[in-house]
Amino acid sequence: MQSEAKRTDPRSFAVRAVTMLFQLVIPIGVASATILDDGDLGDLAAYFLPLVVLIILINIVLAYLQWTKLTYTVGPADIRVESGVLSRSARSVPYERIQDVSLEQKLLPRLFGLMEVKFETGAGGKDDLSLTYLSEAEGERLRELVRNRREGVQIDDVEGAERGEPAAADTLFAMGPKRVLTFGLFEFSLAVVAVIGGLAQQFESFLPFDLWDIDEWEQRLAGPGQWLAGAGPLAQAAGIVIAIASLAVLGVATGLVRTALREWDFRLERTPKGLRRRRGLLTRTDLVMPLHRVQALRLNTGFIRRHFGWHSLKIISLASDSGGANHDAVPFGRMEEIEHVAGVTEFALPSTEARWERAMGRYRTDKALLATAVLLPTTILVAIFGSGWFWMLPALGLAFTLAEQWWRWKFDMRALDQKQIYSRHGWFSPSLAIASRTKLQSAEIAQGPIARWRGYASLHFGLAGGRFRIHGMPVEAARQWRDAVCDSMAMTDFSNLLEEVSPVSD
Amino acid sequence: MDATHELTQLDPRYKTMMRVVAAIFAAVLLIAATIAEIAIPGWTGVVWVPVAIVIAYLVIYLPMRRYATRGYSLAEERLRVVRGVLFHSDTVVPFGRVQHIDVDQGPLERGFGLATLTVHTAGSHNASVSLPGLAHEDALAMREDIRAAIRRDTQ
Repeated sequence: MQSEAKRTDPRSFAVRAVTMLFQLVIPIGVASATILDDGDLGDLAAYFLPLVVLIILINIVLAYLQWTKLTYTVGPADIRVESGVLSRSARSVPYERIQDVSLEQKLLPRLFGLMEVKFETGAGGKDDLSLTYLSEAEGERLRELVRNRREGVQIDDVEGAERGEPAAADTLFAMGPKRVLTFGLFEFSLAVVAVIGGLAQQFESFLPFDLWDIDEWEQRLAGPGQWLAGAGPLAQAAGIVIAIASLAVLGVATGLVRTALREWDFRLERTPKGLRRRRGLLTRTDLVMPLHRVQALRLNTGFIRRHFGWHSLKIISLASDSGGANHDAVPFGRMEEIEHVAGVTEFALPSTEARWERAMGRYRTDKALLATAVLLPTTILVAIFGSGWFWMLPALGLAFTLAEQWWRWKFDMRALDQKQIYSRHGWFSPSLAIASRTKLQSAEIAQGPIARWRGYASLHFGLAGGRFRIHGMPVEAARQWRDAVCDSMAMTDFSNLLEEVSPVSD
Repeated sequence: MDATHELTQLDPRYKTMMRVVAAIFAAVLLIAATIAEIAIPGWTGVVWVPVAIVIAYLVIYLPMRRYATRGYSLAEERLRVVRGVLFHSDTVVPFGRVQHIDVDQGPLERGFGLATLTVHTAGSHNASVSLPGLAHEDALAMREDIRAAIRRDTQ
C-alpha cells in the first residue's frame, strides 16, 4: 500500500523563522550598536535598515521554499525523505535497518508542540535520518509504526486502516456525544475563569462595558426592566450574581468546548497489535498502545465527579521520551467499564480482600507540625505588623494543610498482593495507582533526617514511563515490601518483559 | 540495615579523594576569609574562626561521615547502593533490570585509581544509579559480573 508524500508540520517553518531571527537579529544588533557608536547615526541607519530587512526576507523565503520541498513518505517497506530546492536528494531507510525512533523536543519547537523525529540506523550521529519538525502526535505515530514493523506484526498502514476497518477490532470503550458533553460539564475549569476574569480586568478599557462596576450593571438592569429601578440593594445583588454567573457560564463553556474538541467520538479498540485509541473533533489522533508495553495503570477521579460515579483510567506505558508515556484509556467512565479495560491489559483492580494499610500516623503528624511551624508564626507576624485581612492568607493555608493531612491519613492507603502493588492517594482528585510487581525497574528506600528519627521511610519504585512512590511506611514494612518486590522482579529478565506473551519462558 | 547481606565498604582512597575535593573548596573559602580579615581593621578573627570551623567540618568530619554511610552489595544478583548522611537512600536494582552500564573516571578519580559505576534502568525514577568510589579494577569486575548475569538471563 502506497501512502502519499507528506510535508513536515507547517509550524516548523515558524520555528525556523524565529530561530533565524534570533540568530540574525542579535549579531546585527551588536554590530550596528558598535558601528553606530562612532559617528553619523542617521546615515548609517538609513543604509543599514533596508539591508537587514532584505536579509531577513531572503532567509524567510528560502526557509519557506525548503519547507515546501521537503517531503517524507511512509512506504510499505521503507521511509523516504526527499529534499532540496536546487539540488534534490532522496534518502530511503528500510524498516529493518531502523534501530529505534527517537523523539526530541527542544525548547522552541516544544512551545509550538513540535518534535524532531530521528530514525536511528546505527550509522551514528549526523548520518541518521531526521525530520524537523513534526507534530507530537505524528512523531508518536511514526515511532509506533516503525516499532510495529520491526516486531514483525503484519498490519495495514494506519491511514488504510482508518478507511477500511477490519472487522476483528473489538471496541472496549467508546464515548458518544452525550457522554462527551457530560464529561465537558465536569471539566469546568476554575483556572480558565480566573484567567478570563483577570483579562477582563486588564483590558476592561476595551470592553464596551465595565465588568466590575456594579452601579453600571444596576443601570443596565434597570434600563430595560423598570421594575428593578426602585430596588437598589436587590439590583446590586443581582448585578453581582450576574457577573459571577457570566463567568461561570464561560468556565463551563470553555470546559465543554475543550473536552468536545479533544474527546469527540472517543473509541478504544482491541486490535492484534494492542489497544488502539482514536479521538478528537478537528484534529483526530490515532494511537496504538501495545499491550505488553503497559507498565502500570492509574485510576483518577475528581472531587465532584466522584460522587456521580465517574472515574478515568490512564495507562502508563513504556516510552522513554517526554509526553508519550501517559495515555488516557478511559477518560470518563463507570467503574465497570474501567474494570473491563483493565482486564484486557492483564492488570486487575484490587480485589475485595486486599489488605489496605495507612501511612504511619507519625508521618502525617510531622507534616502537619512542620506546616504549623512555618505558617503559624507567619500568621501571627502578619496579624501584628501587616495591614487589613492579609493574615487570613497564611491562616487559610494552615487550615487547608491540616485538613489535607487529616484527610490523607484517613484515605491514603497502600496494599500489596501476589501480583500487584496499589497506592491510593490524593485529596481533591484521588487516584489509585496499580503497578505490576514484575514490571518495576528498581526500588529505593529514602529517609530524611526527621524520617530516620521518627522511624518511617518512603518507598520509591522505578517504573518505566512514570513514578510510583509510597510515603510514610514503617521502615520494617518498607524493607519487606522491597524484598518481596525485588524477588518478583528477579524472576523475569527485562527483555522478557518486552516479549508479546508468557513472561517467564526459559 | 538488614542483617542478611553485609554491605561492602567503598575503597578507602575515596575518603581521601573527597577530602581533596573539599580542600580545594576550602582553599577558596580561606582566601576569601583572609581578604575579609585584612579588610576589617585589627586581627580580630571574626571571619577566620567561623571559617576555620566550617573548613574543619567540610574537610575532616563530612568525608568521614559520607564514607561511613556509603556502601554497596551485589548479593543475590542485585546491586544495592546505600548513601546519604542526612538524607538516607537505599536503592536496589536487580541485574535483570539493567539496561546498560557505565564505568567513568574523572581526572581526580584517575589520579586515585578510582572509578564510578553507573547502571541505567528503564525507570523514570532512578533512571541511573551511580556508585562512586570503587577501585577501578573492582568497577570493571562488577561491570563484567552484571553483564554476564544479563547475558545468561536473555539466553
